[in-house]
Amino acid sequence: MSRPIRVLVAKPGLDGHDRGAKVVAAALRDAGMEVIYTGLHQTPEMIASAAVQEDVDVVGLSILSGAHMTLFPRVLQLLREQGRDDVLITGGGIIPKEDMDALEQQGIAKLFGPGTPTTALIEYIRAWFAARQAQGA
Amino acid sequence: MSGSGAIERALERVLEGFAAGQKAALARAVSIIEDQREGHERLAATIHPKLGRARRLGLTGPPGAGKSTLTTLLAEAYLAAGMKVGVVAVDPTSPFTGGALLGDRVRMERVALHPNVFIRSMATRGSLGGLASMTREVCDVLDAFGMDRILVETVGVGQSELDIARLADTSAVILVPESGDAIQTLKAGVMEIADCFVVNKADRPGADRLRNDIEVMLGLRGGGGPAPDAHHGIDLKAVNPKRQAREAAARDDDRWTPPVLRTIGATGEGMPEFIAALDRHFAYLERSGTLQSRRRERLRDRVRDVVEHRIHRRLWRDEGIQQWVEAQLPALERGEVTPFTVAEALLARSVAAGTFTGSPT
Ligand SMILES: Nc1nc2c(ncn2[C@@H]2O[C@H](COP(=O)(O)OP(=O)(O)OP(=O)(O)O)[C@@H](O)[C@H]2O)c(=O)[nH]1
Ligand SMILES: [Mg+2]
Repeated sequence: MSRPIRVLVAKPGLDGHDRGAKVVAAALRDAGMEVIYTGLHQTPEMIASAAVQEDVDVVGLSILSGAHMTLFPRVLQLLREQGRDDVLITGGGIIPKEDMDALEQQGIAKLFGPGTPTTALIEYIRAWFAARQAQGA
Repeated sequence: MSGSGAIERALERVLEGFAAGQKAALARAVSIIEDQREGHERLAATIHPKLGRARRLGLTGPPGAGKSTLTTLLAEAYLAAGMKVGVVAVDPTSPFTGGALLGDRVRMERVALHPNVFIRSMATRGSLGGLASMTREVCDVLDAFGMDRILVETVGVGQSELDIARLADTSAVILVPESGDAIQTLKAGVMEIADCFVVNKADRPGADRLRNDIEVMLGLRGGGGPAPDAHHGIDLKAVNPKRQAREAAARDDDRWTPPVLRTIGATGEGMPEFIAALDRHFAYLERSGTLQSRRRERLRDRVRDVVEHRIHRRLWRDEGIQQWVEAQLPALERGEVTPFTVAEALLARSVAAGTFTGSPT
C-alpha cells in the first residue's frame, strides 16, 4: 500500500492574507495528501525547520510579495544544509516567466502563476512523486 | 535488486544521524515507523533499549478548546527548564479522500524554532479513534531520541480519549465554558481516563460553572449549585481552602483524584498550577506503582500488536493458504460449511501445527 504524499504549505513574507494558500492546502487534502499548514508570515528558517521535522516530500510556497527570488533559494539552501536535497520545492504567485526559469536553474521545481487551477499542481506533484517512488528512493 | 541494499544504507544513515541527535534523522525515523516502511522492525528493535526516559502527556478535548495553545505553553515551560520536548499533534484523516489538513503548527510557532523541540503532525489514517494507529510507536521514537517530555495533542471524539490513555502516562482533558452542555456526554469515556481536567478560556463566562459541574460529577463536591463566578481580573490563584485540603488529602492518599484546573491560553494564567498538577500526577504514578503497570501494559500491547501483525502477514501472504481458502468457497456457497468451520480448520492446521507457512492440507 502506498503512503500519502506529505506537503508543507506555507505563506512566507509580510503581506496580509492567506486565502490562496488555504485554498491550495484544502485542494491538496482533497486530493488525498497530508497537508501541513503553517500559516502566515513564515520565515525561510521556519519553513525549512517545519519541512525537516514533518519529513515532507513537497514544500509549496505562496508568494505574492515579490520576494520570490530570495525566499525560494533560501528555503532550498536551508533544506540542503540539513541533508534534505530531495524535497520538491514548488509554489505559486505573481512570478515573471524569466524568474521562474532562473529559479528552476537553481533547483526550484515548477512554479504556478495566479489563476492556475489547483488540479495542475496536484497532477504535477503526483507525477513527480510516482517517478521518485519508481526510482526506489 | 538494487533496492534493498540502498534501503539498508539509507537506514544505516538514519540510525547514525539519530544517534548523533539530528532532527532530520529523527524525522525520517518517525516516517519509517509511521508508514511501516522497509526496515521499520529493525529501527524499532534498535531504539527499544532506550525507551522509558520521557514522560508522555496526552492533551485531548473538543475542537478549538485550546489544546495547541496549552501544548505550546507547556512546551515553553519545559524548554525554559532545560528539557527536550517532543510534540505529536494528531488530526483526523478524511475517510473519503484519505487526505488530511494538519494545522496545529500554526499555534505552535512560538516554540517551533527552539533547538530542543521537535514537532510532528500526524493524521489518523486508517485508525478508528481520534488517534493515529502509530502514535504510540512514534512516541517511542521521540523517547529514544532523548526527549524529556512528549506532548500528544488529539481531538477528542469519544474513542480517542481511551486511545490516548493507552499511550500517555498522564491524560489531560481540555474543556471550555462552551462545552458545558456537553458535559453529560463526556461522562462515559472521559471520566475514567482523565487524570486532570483543564477548563481553558477561563476568561469567558461560565468557566466556574463548568468547573463546578465537573467537580460534582467527580464526586468532589455536593450538587449545591455553582460556586460564585469569579469576575475577570480576580486572582485565579486564590484557591478555596476546602479544595486545598481535599487536594492535599488526595496527594497523601494512594488514590488519585483528578484536579479540575482553569487556564487562560492568551495570558498563560493557570499554567503553573497545570504544570504542578502534571508533576503531582507523575509522582503519584511512581509512588503507587501505576507508572510501572501502565508501562508494562503498553509493552504487553506492543507484543500483541507485533504478534497480530505477523500472524496476519504470514497467513494472508501465504499463497497456499489463499488457494486453500479459495477452494472452500464453493462449499461455503452451498452452505455445507460455515466461515467458522473453515476458519477453525485453517487455524487448527496452520497455527496449532506450529507453522504458518505452507497450506493446511
Ligand atoms: N478567549 C480565549 N481564547 C483562547 C484561549 N486559549 C486559546 N484560545 C483561542 O482559541 C482558538 C483555538 O485554539 P487552539 O489552541 O488552536 O485550539 P485546539 O484545541 O488546538 O484546536 P484544534 O486543534 O483545531 O481542535 C485560538 O484562536 C486561540 O487563540 C483562552 O484561554 N481564551
Ligand atoms: Mg490544535
